[in-house]
Amino acid sequence: MKIAISSTGNELSSQVDPRFGRCQEFIIFDSETLEFEAISNEAINAAGGAGIKAAQLVVDKGAEVVITGNIGPNAFNVLAGADIRVFVGAAGTIQNVIDSYKDGKLQEANQPTSSPGGRGAV
Amino acid sequence: MIISIASGKGGTGKTTISTNLAFSLVQSGRNVQLLDCDVEEPNAHIFLDLENKIKENVFLPVPQIDEEKCTLCGKCAEVCVYNALFIAKDRVMFFPQLCHSCGGCSYFCPREAISEIDRVIGEIGAGDACLTRGSTYGIEFAYGKLNIGEVMAPPLMRKLKKRIDEDKVVIIDAPPGTSCPMIEAVKGSDFCFLITEPTPFGLNDLKLAVETLKVLKIPFAVLINRWNEEYFEVDSYCEKENISIAMRIPLERKIAELYSRGILFSKELPEWQKAFCKLFDFIEALRK
Amino acid sequence: MIQEITVLSGKGGTGKTSLVGSFAVLANNKVMVDCDVDAADLHLILKPEIKETNDFYGLNGYLINRDICIECGKCEELCRFKAIKNFEIDEISCEGCGVCCLACPVSAIEARERICGQWFISNTRNGPLVHAKLGIAQENSGKLVAEVRKAAKKTAQKEGIPLVITDGPPGIGCPVIASLSGASLVLVVTEPTVSGVHDLGRILDLCAHFKVKSLVCVNKFDLNLEKTSEIERLCKERDIEVVGKIGYDSIFTEALINGMPVVEFSDAEICGKIKSLWKIIQKRLNSGKQTRP
Repeated sequence: MKIAISSTGNELSSQVDPRFGRCQEFIIFDSETLEFEAISNEAINAAGGAGIKAAQLVVDKGAEVVITGNIGPNAFNVLAGADIRVFVGAAGTIQNVIDSYKDGKLQEANQPTSSPGGRGAV
Repeated sequence: MIISIASGKGGTGKTTISTNLAFSLVQSGRNVQLLDCDVEEPNAHIFLDLENKIKENVFLPVPQIDEEKCTLCGKCAEVCVYNALFIAKDRVMFFPQLCHSCGGCSYFCPREAISEIDRVIGEIGAGDACLTRGSTYGIEFAYGKLNIGEVMAPPLMRKLKKRIDEDKVVIIDAPPGTSCPMIEAVKGSDFCFLITEPTPFGLNDLKLAVETLKVLKIPFAVLINRWNEEYFEVDSYCEKENISIAMRIPLERKIAELYSRGILFSKELPEWQKAFCKLFDFIEALRK
Repeated sequence: MIQEITVLSGKGGTGKTSLVGSFAVLANNKVMVDCDVDAADLHLILKPEIKETNDFYGLNGYLINRDICIECGKCEELCRFKAIKNFEIDEISCEGCGVCCLACPVSAIEARERICGQWFISNTRNGPLVHAKLGIAQENSGKLVAEVRKAAKKTAQKEGIPLVITDGPPGIGCPVIASLSGASLVLVVTEPTVSGVHDLGRILDLCAHFKVKSLVCVNKFDLNLEKTSEIERLCKERDIEVVGKIGYDSIFTEALINGMPVVEFSDAEICGKIKSLWKIIQKRLNSGKQTRP
């Protein structure tokens, strides 16, 4: 199963990036092969809707789980709609987070949000 | 002739000026149209009683995806620079508040699976303005109002401005600021009055507004509201930059009181009515 | 760990920037950030000396190459924003959607990077300030807010400063979301008006979603006591603390005219209120350190 984690760098020793939409990188970790790849987050350049774009990246990579610090309402709805489980409040290194996930220590985000929509900023 | 009334900073008195100007011009026998383009917070109607009111909804076209034809190819999301579309496992999700109604998604869909439907973003109202003591003086008034939570001011303003009757003297009450909504309001006007107040914020935002009008190549003059002798920086700035100050409305209790009661002060104070009419002559002279 | 307080208001004009200006004086060791770029005014109070200037790129601009253009008119036909006339693109009207570029049958339209504004790192009497200026007809965006905050955190890290105070953008959309995520605490400055109350609810929804602790301050509260009570009820229902109620006072304007933060300009009673407000905010921020948001 593929797990996407928002990261500040491209190693397992990198710190988790607390943002989802505008994090630096995503580490896509395969829990079966124990291999991982780092992909640069193009959504960081999005003027608006970064969360949605980042969600698209992650979905296109086949992730079934997303682990991050914070996630916006649009991105959350999108991932929930794609049946992807989202865990928030992650901190520490990517390796720490993977271990916490395995030990069931992470907090799952499961509130459907009252989406405030967006200002539609350019 | 189209005259816009704008300012960098909010709360400087645009609506006060535009309503008083409209009233004064009508008194001097001109045919006037007043458009309240501050669609996020229109309030010119407070000073005017509207008769023969009409209202209509304003729509923006947004995509609707036909799930039977859609193959989830992702072309629409690829084309959308605003990230308003997301390709989920079994359907395409759409985020209306990010959508700019550019039409790209429906145009480029290879299966013609996207059609456009109307989404209400606000309303336009119109009527004849009679002034707050009950008689019609023949101001044709119209306003636009964005629904709460909507952000697409420019398209609503464009629809409102379609009502412009070039045979009349058209006064446009613009929204504050110097970004897209203000620009949409003043675009195409023959002249713009920038309203400012004698404070550092007022001066700072006036400079931004001046920059904007210069880029748009719209001739303009400044009007200082709540003027007092103590803060002279706005006057100095205008002098240095060769910007005409068309009027100074002093900080006076009488004027403030009438305003707080929703009364046009040019109605109660005839010398001001004359002064506002002079503004019109001022423009005509400048243009020659 | 660097903490961050974001000050928001929902609708503009609630007096948020004036309060932030005073916090800049009262807070000892911090980096100030001005994300309120549609009407950047904080610098008028803090008088920054610009040390570093950076260009900011937003959505692309587009240019028609007349050598390749066959004047078929497809671009003008498709442009929803009336930005194309006589095979020339008006930069002011262009909203950067790119449809013309994709639709051109001979690929005569090129996308170009567009500098939408600049952001700066400056020094002030009260510490470093990161701020931005948008170009004409450009809008604030989540991207700009994110960049400016990132620069502020970097500066704080470099200089060993433990706190960042952000004057947030108005509204509730992308720019606000970008100013919220990762914040330790949000202060919402509201006013007792219909739109003020309405926007307060929406900002609090957003903060709740991000699980960021929020505090509320009612500015100009004595202009409408009924609405102020409504705000207090709303906050109580959501278990949110109203940490201050500041009355309408012409001192705010006077201080402004003199280009100073209120608490520096005067010793009047209202300054005492602002100081107490800041003290409470600090307390809540510190107690937040122990508990998870």
